[in-house]
Amino acid sequence: MCLGVPGKVIEVYEAGGLKMGKIDFGGVVREACLAYVPEIEVGEYTVIHVGFAISQLSEEEAQATLEILEELGGYTEELGPEPDAVDF
Amino acid sequence: MKYVDEYRDAELVRKTVAEIEHTVTRPWTIMEICGGQTHAIMHFGIDQLLPPEIELVHGPGCPVCVTPLEQIDKALAIAARPEVIFTSYGDMLRVPGSGRDLFSVRAAGGDVRVVYSPLDAVKIAQQNPDKEVVFFAIGFETTAPANAMSVVQAQALGLENFSILVSHVCVPPAMHAILSSPNNRVQAFLAAGHVNAVMGYWEYLPIAELYGVPMVVTGFEPLDILQGILGVVRQLENGRAEVQNAYTRAVTFEGNQPAQAVINQVFELCDRKWRGIGTIPASGWCLRPEFAVFDAECRFDVGAIRPEESPLCISGLILQGLNKPDECPAFGKECTPEHPLGATMVSGEGACAAYYRYKRD
Repeated sequence: MCLGVPGKVIEVYEAGGLKMGKIDFGGVVREACLAYVPEIEVGEYTVIHVGFAISQLSEEEAQATLEILEELGGYTEELGPEPDAVDF
Repeated sequence: MKYVDEYRDAELVRKTVAEIEHTVTRPWTIMEICGGQTHAIMHFGIDQLLPPEIELVHGPGCPVCVTPLEQIDKALAIAARPEVIFTSYGDMLRVPGSGRDLFSVRAAGGDVRVVYSPLDAVKIAQQNPDKEVVFFAIGFETTAPANAMSVVQAQALGLENFSILVSHVCVPPAMHAILSSPNNRVQAFLAAGHVNAVMGYWEYLPIAELYGVPMVVTGFEPLDILQGILGVVRQLENGRAEVQNAYTRAVTFEGNQPAQAVINQVFELCDRKWRGIGTIPASGWCLRPEFAVFDAECRFDVGAIRPEESPLCISGLILQGLNKPDECPAFGKECTPEHPLGATMVSGEGACAAYYRYKRD
C-alpha cells in the first residue's frame, strides 16, 4: 500500500475541482490526483501513492546520485564473479 | 522505465557492495523502517550480497501490520451493517480480526469494496446517496495526504453519507519507542523514503542526536537501498550520527508542503495503539473536532469490542526488530499467507510475508 511507484505524467486536467492526471507506469496508465504537485507538467515524473502524486522526481538529482555511485573506488575485483542470487 | 532501471544496474550494485565491504570493520545492526524496503531487500537478495558484519532487522513500517486489532474489529462491525458500503485498501481485507476478516464479512453478504485511491471511495458515496460509505483510513504519513483529501473533497461536495475510520500512525514516535527500549539492538536506521517525500526529514535530526543513531533517507530500488546502507555504515564506522538523504530525486528537507498543509487541516496528533507493540504517546493522527462529522467512530455505535489476538503470533516482537519471522514457531506451519495468524503474514509490506515469499534456506 505504501509502495510508491514512479510514473510519467502524460495528461493533466481538472476534475471535481482537483488537479488530476494520467500517469504512465512503464506502459500501464492510471489516473492520479496531482493536487500535491501543483507545478508538475506533462512529460515530468512523479511518485504515486494510493492514487496521489506525493513527490515530483528531479532528473538532475537522479543523475547526480548515479554519478556518485559511478565514482565509487575500484574494489569490485575483491568480490569475485557476479553472484547468481542477483536477478535484476 | 526511467527512475527504475538505472537503479537496478548490476555493475553499480557490485561497486556499491564492494564499497560497503571495504568500509565495514565490525558488526552493525541496521533497521529498515519500511516494509516496502523489507520486501525489496528479500526480493533482490540484497541481504545475501552484504558482508556478514551487517545485519538488517525489519521495522514496523507496515501500516496493515500495526493497525490495532480494535480498529479492525470496529471495521468488521461497521462493514457488516446492511446500510454500509465499506471501502478499503486491498491489503486490509485478509487481515485477521478477532475471529474473522473483511473477506468473510463480504462472503456473508456485507458490501466490502477494494479501492485504489480514497477518492474512489468518495465517488462511491456520490453514486450511492442512499448508502453510508465508510473508508478505512489507515497508514503512515504516506497515505495521510490521500486520506485527508478524501475528507476535504467530501466536505466540498457536501456529502453527508461519507465517513472514515481512522487508524493513522507516524514514524518518528516509533523510532523513539524502538530506540528507548531496553532491548533495543538498532544502531542505525534506513529512513523510509516515501514517508520523507511527504514529511521531509527535519523531524529526524533531534532523534539522531538524542540517541546517537545515524539515519539515511533511503529509496526503494536495489541501488537506493545499498546506497542507504553504505551511508549509515560510513557514519557508524566514523562514530557519526547524522541524518543524510540518499533519495534526493524524490525527497527534500522540508518535504511536500501542500500535502502537509492538508494533513494538518484535517488531522491532529493523538495517542495510538500499535498492533503487537502497544500504545505509543502522540504517535498517530485522528480527525480534528471540526471534521468529527466524517468520523465513522462517531457515526456508528459498534458496541463493546473485546479484541482477542492469536496466542501463537509474535508479530509484535518482529515489528520491533527483536525477532526474525523464521524464528516464530508458527511460521510457515500454522501461519501462512493463505491462513495468516497475524497481519505481518498478510501485507505486501509485512516481514513474515516477505520471508515466506522470498526466503532461501
